[in-house]
Amino acid sequence: MAGEIDRIQDQHPKPDLTRREAMLQLLRVGGIAAGAAGVGYWLSEHSIRPVPARAEQARRDHRIAANAQDAQWPHLTVIQGGEPRALVQQALENLGGMRRFVGRQDVVVVKPNIAWDRTPEQAANTNPEIVAEVVRQCWQAGAKRVIVTDVSCNEPRRCFMRSGIQAAARAEGAEVILPDPELFREVDMGGVALKSWPVFTPFLEADKIINLPIAKHHGLVGATLGMKNWYGILGGQRNRLHQQIHQSLVDLASFMLPTFTLMDCYRILLRNGPTGGNLEDVLLKKTVVAGTDPVALDTWVAKAYWNLDPEHLPYLQMAANRGLGTVNFETLPVKVSQIG
Amino acid sequence: MARSRLPLWRRISQIFFLLVFIALLIFTSLRPSSGGSGDIHLRAPVRLFFEWDPLIAVANAIASHALYRGLLWSLLILLPTMFLGRFFCGWICPMGTLQHFVGNMHSEAKRGKQRIDSNRYKRWQTVKYVVLIAGLIAAFFGSMAIGWLDPFSLLVRSIGLALLPAFNFAARAVLTPLEHSHIAAIKATGETLHTVLQATVLDFRQTHFAQGLVLGIVFLVILAASLRITRLWCRSICPLGALLGAVSRWSILGLHKDPATCDKCNRCLLNCQGGDDPIGGVPWRKSECLMCMNCVGSCPHDGLAFRFFRKEHEVATPDIGRRKALTGLAAGAVVVPLMRANTGLDKSRHDRLLRPPGALDETEFLSRCIRCGECMKVCPNNSLHPTLEQAGLEGLWTPTLVPRIGYCEPSCVLCSEVCPTGAIWQITPKEKGWVVGVGADSQPIRLGTAFYDRGRCLPWAEATECIVCEEWCPVSPKAIYVEDAEVVDSAGNTKTLKQPRVDPSRCVGCGACEYACPLQERPAVYVTSIGESRSPSSQILLNRK
Repeated sequence: MAGEIDRIQDQHPKPDLTRREAMLQLLRVGGIAAGAAGVGYWLSEHSIRPVPARAEQARRDHRIAANAQDAQWPHLTVIQGGEPRALVQQALENLGGMRRFVGRQDVVVVKPNIAWDRTPEQAANTNPEIVAEVVRQCWQAGAKRVIVTDVSCNEPRRCFMRSGIQAAARAEGAEVILPDPELFREVDMGGVALKSWPVFTPFLEADKIINLPIAKHHGLVGATLGMKNWYGILGGQRNRLHQQIHQSLVDLASFMLPTFTLMDCYRILLRNGPTGGNLEDVLLKKTVVAGTDPVALDTWVAKAYWNLDPEHLPYLQMAANRGLGTVNFETLPVKVSQIG
Repeated sequence: MARSRLPLWRRISQIFFLLVFIALLIFTSLRPSSGGSGDIHLRAPVRLFFEWDPLIAVANAIASHALYRGLLWSLLILLPTMFLGRFFCGWICPMGTLQHFVGNMHSEAKRGKQRIDSNRYKRWQTVKYVVLIAGLIAAFFGSMAIGWLDPFSLLVRSIGLALLPAFNFAARAVLTPLEHSHIAAIKATGETLHTVLQATVLDFRQTHFAQGLVLGIVFLVILAASLRITRLWCRSICPLGALLGAVSRWSILGLHKDPATCDKCNRCLLNCQGGDDPIGGVPWRKSECLMCMNCVGSCPHDGLAFRFFRKEHEVATPDIGRRKALTGLAAGAVVVPLMRANTGLDKSRHDRLLRPPGALDETEFLSRCIRCGECMKVCPNNSLHPTLEQAGLEGLWTPTLVPRIGYCEPSCVLCSEVCPTGAIWQITPKEKGWVVGVGADSQPIRLGTAFYDRGRCLPWAEATECIVCEEWCPVSPKAIYVEDAEVVDSAGNTKTLKQPRVDPSRCVGCGACEYACPLQERPAVYVTSIGESRSPSSQILLNRK
């Protein structure tokens, strides 16, 4: 190989460089050297031990501002005996109408429970008609965007389809967002048990958040109600939360304060929750419980369907102690309506 | 000169079928659609392509004495081949098209004289007939090992389990920085690209497969071989090509060579795909010709033409000879019995070999599974993976459920719907019986049984509350039940917590508990294959409810 190069050079003897060429070559080499030095310096300046991105710290308070007319509305309302859409309509009417909660140009995130690959009849996810009616009313109240989303436990495509929520919410014009691993942000939740956790971004960018849980049996807690629905805003390894479940529930509830909560009790999963599956475990109650006091709401439903007192559900008193509401729903103005 | 248009039509046909194949393969996945709460089905899985594969049909018929579902459609390929020759290889087969494409690339190893010589008929082209004979004899002995080499099986496995996941990773690695850009225009471009790709080629989420790297490299090496010798795989190994070559002996369409005009310029050899000697002076080899039509237009004297019912000297049957045929017979006859003499199938089955729901009993399963990986591609939880040693050497690349990566979704039966050969027999969610079957007379399909490792389980060993497994258990009544127990923690405090147990009469072996266990790297609850309903000899209980 080397011999070949020699031969080529012999054929074309190279004249000496002119001064001009030499200067240009020096400039080129000098430029590259200076560039390399600059990049090296810049890189070495940036060479710090990698640390996770700083978690943003922000409690998400979506409650509506206190208002002089608040006194005329109940903190809790129970509607019984109707079909899902009628139940929602009556509940919102009792609470003062959707306009009381959702303003013009609001970005509203509706958070049903879409955790499991189950059909509406199996009562493991929020009833799709209830979700659809809430979406419709948000648009009527003038919302800018209405987003329906959840971070499922089972395979999300199947959960969103088979729960019927994706089709029902889209039919009312809502944006349905499936959990996407790239759309989580690390948030310092400032809790006792929950410190830094990845939270699904749509929940961090909402003006208003409406909690639409379904009341179900739960092996560890007894019942999974409104506050347990906030599990569905988290990513990460949430299977660790069971280790301090009551503390986790309270941490979540004091991080994410919804505009209001509307609990689906149309069908109740009485046993083998929260997954269920067996129609024999489902009881048709045709009820919706809604209100602005999440603690009272969970307390009322736990007592009504599982006969669980606050002593059985320690998180209720812990949440009340944090000022999230009251366990004594008897002291609250509660409005019960029978329809149909 | 209407003839010279034929390569153009061939090219259009090749591109069309390649695109159809890739589209079907990409859409062999659960895509977020506006479907309602009914059962979920796939409209057009890639199995539709398998139904044109006569090799799979013939081997399936030999091994199982039946023809599964749509495999009768393969006659659409087999019968015309008897009249027209191996047009399938040259005009339709996507594996052939990809090699054809690579073979056309500029290559230093294939220039001028080398290129012409590389396209002359070689004795090693008969290897594929040996492979075919061995594969069919293996099928007779009850093993569909031919699926390792079937071109469709190879394509689905390699592209579906290696190249597409790799493409997904690469696309996201490029798109994510764009989407996080501070410059609005770049961000918008990235987001638009992502939306478009997501709706077309990207999977819903990044999948990973055991041995994905191996499958990908094997495939790329096969393609790269075409840089040296065009369609090396088609010419020397492909058992489907061998089958079609053997069948084409009766073909009435053939190459007419005008001996008077040929001056041995070798131009017809430059782009010959099959290595079938189109040049004058030697007999044309019918069983090797892929009907690519390149030679016809390349002859400067118009001395080559494809004609019906011509009478010319040719080599119609594969040039294999008795000795090589016997080699194939012996290979097939020896290999399967030897593999069956090993442990792993009848004796000492792997405890973690969990077959997908609907899978037949192991011997029946191996006589049908062609290791195409379609079930793995479609599984929405990425739960199914190609085996390495779990199913014995014979079962290499057959599917196994890996609950630590993904569990079996209770009402999902997609793997059984896409299986082209009935190794996973098509079932309905109702037949699976994990949710809707409760209270019905029929037994649920069980993949295995869950067991606890009480030395690792938090409530058993670490005095810590947990029972996530119980929460996830999808059957009702739940197969995992809990018992209150008093435990003492390290500080000496007594506390009451719930300890989980399994009721084996209810457990269906879905693996949701194992998947959900917080001890991810070695879960404290795990599923083994004992009690799988497909195997009468692998049961625990005298009576299972």
